[in-house]
Amino acid sequence: MNLALVLTLSALLFSVGVYGVLARRNAVLVLMSIELMLNAVNLNLVAFGAHFQDAMAVGQIFALFVIAIAAAEVGIGLAIVLLIFRNRETINVDEVDLLKW
Amino acid sequence: MNGPEIVFTALALVAGIAGILVVTTKNVVRAALYLVAALGSIAAIFMLLGAEFIGWTQVLIYVGAIVVLLLFGVMLTRAPIGSARTVDNQQRGVAFVVAASLFGVLTYLIWRGFGDKRIPLQQVVRTEDIGTSMFTNFVLPFEAISVLLLAALVGAIVLARRDK
Repeated sequence: MNLALVLTLSALLFSVGVYGVLARRNAVLVLMSIELMLNAVNLNLVAFGAHFQDAMAVGQIFALFVIAIAAAEVGIGLAIVLLIFRNRETINVDEVDLLKW
Repeated sequence: MNGPEIVFTALALVAGIAGILVVTTKNVVRAALYLVAALGSIAAIFMLLGAEFIGWTQVLIYVGAIVVLLLFGVMLTRAPIGSARTVDNQQRGVAFVVAASLFGVLTYLIWRGFGDKRIPLQQVVRTEDIGTSMFTNFVLPFEAISVLLLAALVGAIVLARRDK
């Protein structure tokens, strides 16, 4: 199978995630876009691991680490989103300007 | 085009379309369900690439846990469901330009650098191999990740609980 096909799908998912992070207002939707970007990275790691066929399975192990960090990130992120909603009654990221002025 | 490439193209179409719908739909709950479709087809692609343990971990953790957490977030924050234009900001045009140029540059570089490389699909990495490698070569990063996960979950509880 062609390696570049898998990498192109990964690049597409990453770009879609970048668009979502930049264009969405709702903080939960921003978190979903970040998950898409992390998944694109995982796809890259697994594809290169399958391409190089290394004996240590480094690509897959680092994909597992990325999945664990994604779980931690979404837990912390949703806690922060809940806290902001409780204090400000909104989770639109352009209305949360506490640190801006 | 051989068999695995046809299967991969079908799965990639599902993943790409579902991913684009995640960032364009107006309904927050539907975005979460499209995210399930995208992550599920990526899990199938992992299995196609011989990474069955990663594939099932993806199903368990992403589809099973993270999407449920995101749906809890949608419910607990009274996100606008079914309403247009409140979920996007005014920077959609700029964001589209940035994302499209990023995709163009990445695709050009990928096909220029790896256009002729192949993935040999004969060998499946078994779960036993991953476990052996993780607990011989990667013990220290594994422990660091577990401590990080513990700290993150304790921090999430501390942040989200109500102060008496």
